[in-house]
Amino acid sequence: MSDGAGTSTPESREAILEAVRRARPPASPLPELGLTLPEAGDLVAHFTASVEAVSGAARSLGNETVEAAVRSMHPKAGVMASPEKAWAFDDVADHDPAAIDVLVCRGAFGVAEDGAIWVPESRMGTRAAPYLAQHLVLVVDEIVPNLHAAYARIDIAAEGFGAFIAGPSKTADIEQALVIGAHGPRSLTVLVEGDVQ
Amino acid sequence: MSRAFVELPVVDHAANAARFNADAERTGWHDAALWHVRRKRDQAASAVPEWEALRELASQIKEHTLSRLDEYLVAFEERAAANGVHVHWAADAAEHNRIVHGILELRGVRRMVKSKSMLTEECGLNPYLEARGIEIVDTDLGERIVQLAGEAPSHIVMPAIHVKKEEIGALFHERMGTEAGSTDPQYLTEAARQDLRARFLEADAAVTGVNFAVAETGGFVVVTNEGNADLGAHLAPVHVACMGIEKLIPKAEHLGVFLRLLARSATGQPLSIYTSHFHRPAPGRELHVVLVDNGRSDQLDRADFRASLKCIRCGACMNTCPVYRRSGGHSYGSTIPGPIGSILTPGFDLEKYAALPFASTLCGSCSDVCPVKIDIHQQLFAWRQVAAREGAVSRSKRRMMRLVGRVFGRPAWYRGAGRLARGLLRSLPRRLLYSRGNVWGRSRELPEAPRHSFGDWFDEHRGNR
Repeated sequence: MSDGAGTSTPESREAILEAVRRARPPASPLPELGLTLPEAGDLVAHFTASVEAVSGAARSLGNETVEAAVRSMHPKAGVMASPEKAWAFDDVADHDPAAIDVLVCRGAFGVAEDGAIWVPESRMGTRAAPYLAQHLVLVVDEIVPNLHAAYARIDIAAEGFGAFIAGPSKTADIEQALVIGAHGPRSLTVLVEGDVQ
Repeated sequence: MSRAFVELPVVDHAANAARFNADAERTGWHDAALWHVRRKRDQAASAVPEWEALRELASQIKEHTLSRLDEYLVAFEERAAANGVHVHWAADAAEHNRIVHGILELRGVRRMVKSKSMLTEECGLNPYLEARGIEIVDTDLGERIVQLAGEAPSHIVMPAIHVKKEEIGALFHERMGTEAGSTDPQYLTEAARQDLRARFLEADAAVTGVNFAVAETGGFVVVTNEGNADLGAHLAPVHVACMGIEKLIPKAEHLGVFLRLLARSATGQPLSIYTSHFHRPAPGRELHVVLVDNGRSDQLDRADFRASLKCIRCGACMNTCPVYRRSGGHSYGSTIPGPIGSILTPGFDLEKYAALPFASTLCGSCSDVCPVKIDIHQQLFAWRQVAAREGAVSRSKRRMMRLVGRVFGRPAWYRGAGRLARGLLRSLPRRLLYSRGNVWGRSRELPEAPRHSFGDWFDEHRGNR
């Protein structure tokens, strides 16, 4: 769709589509994924190990409140904010996201195999917040075994933006040395709520 | 700027590699760094029991997508437009650059941040925009390093894999005011973080690449470890995502297959830290997607080479390649170096890149690690044949191949040539054997010549002619 916002020409669109149509290889069927999910083992243990392997921290919340757990992990933090009204943190909307020390968000679920957490934008406060905050805490109450289960569980287009987050921001661009806290959060902690199994 | 390769003459990979190899210590260091990544990939891959099934699935999904690419492109465009995304079509690099500049100019953009996109490297976007007064900051740390150094990335996943921390320390000292002589990666990364954060916050627009675009939802996925694509895209009022038309996949569920393969193949991680799914612009913001052909439909038309379009840009073929590891990414003179670059790039300009398919031992390791099962080494071999047919190989090589072909085609000549070679190897003085013509022997010892050939031995012991 050329809509005046840019400078695309309808001729190019047609030329590309025509060239592709002419060049495309013989029909080839779309395979069924047909992957069986791994046997349900201890998903929390698997998830915790995966999060730790990607330099994050994960633990079960038990009887502790989210607020108490976050404060004990970040005793010296300044601004602690969350988009969730149920928790006693500052409202993320009241702060410049770049000034947030600890952002606490609810994730939709965790993925055991990769240590990833699905976070749709409605749970971020603003899209930039989980990337600008100095430290990120994600709370989940459900774990799925792998990405196939994850994509079966979500509609990726339900919201304008959503992300799997699998650890604190990191880089190894200087001689392959792992450095945590490249541009985004310097730490990620995942709190697992309730009786997840 | 030395970033755009388009104006360079014919690429002489062997000469470039020889220059790289002049520093033996550095060559060994480069080799070891990449082999380390290759081993991490092996560990990650072997931890997934259905790894081979995933590779096969990924390959078939891409095969299918290519066979209906026009339909999927139209479906993607329709859904994306319905989601409020502006979709643009660029037939070539020049049109891509014009479109991106048009979007930026209309909105008065002066400062732009860019996350990793090999496509924009391929199109020479940075020099194009810089010439029109737009400041571009590459935000991936590795890309920032090579940008400050005035170089091109030497690897598609680890752009600064060829740069030593002492050099980065000196560069940052000069350009960012870090302490002289400081080479600590933690310290240098922190300095870049502070410097780039300010640039994220003041950028007027963000350009990102695209890892996968999903036809059924009209959305796209961008992965990074640093979070730089997200910081750029979420903070700037305008986000332009540039993608080659081969990045399409049919459905969201296919992301599970490709994402389980991608990071494990690239760096040995289970998943990149951030896997971001973009479908609609945030309120009051703009989201653009530029679909770029730039030679891809031509490659699709080449039956022997179209499978190269399945590539998901993990870089595993580079990390495993004995030639890449010892010659460095810049020796290929192409935006995409290594084995995959050597089968993609000759399609752009055979005459210029004819040397690349020869920058291989045809050992096949690239094909073995490829997560979408591209027959890379077969295509390297096929490109050599095309190059020879088109007269794009040197006259001496052509003459030599004709001679060798003739000898190999006549058993008597072959036996005679063997006898002659064995005799000469034993009798000629070293000075003559290792004269300038013996390229192979420059850094290797020739084998000790046996008195008899295997054929002679066989006739003597087992033969009953």
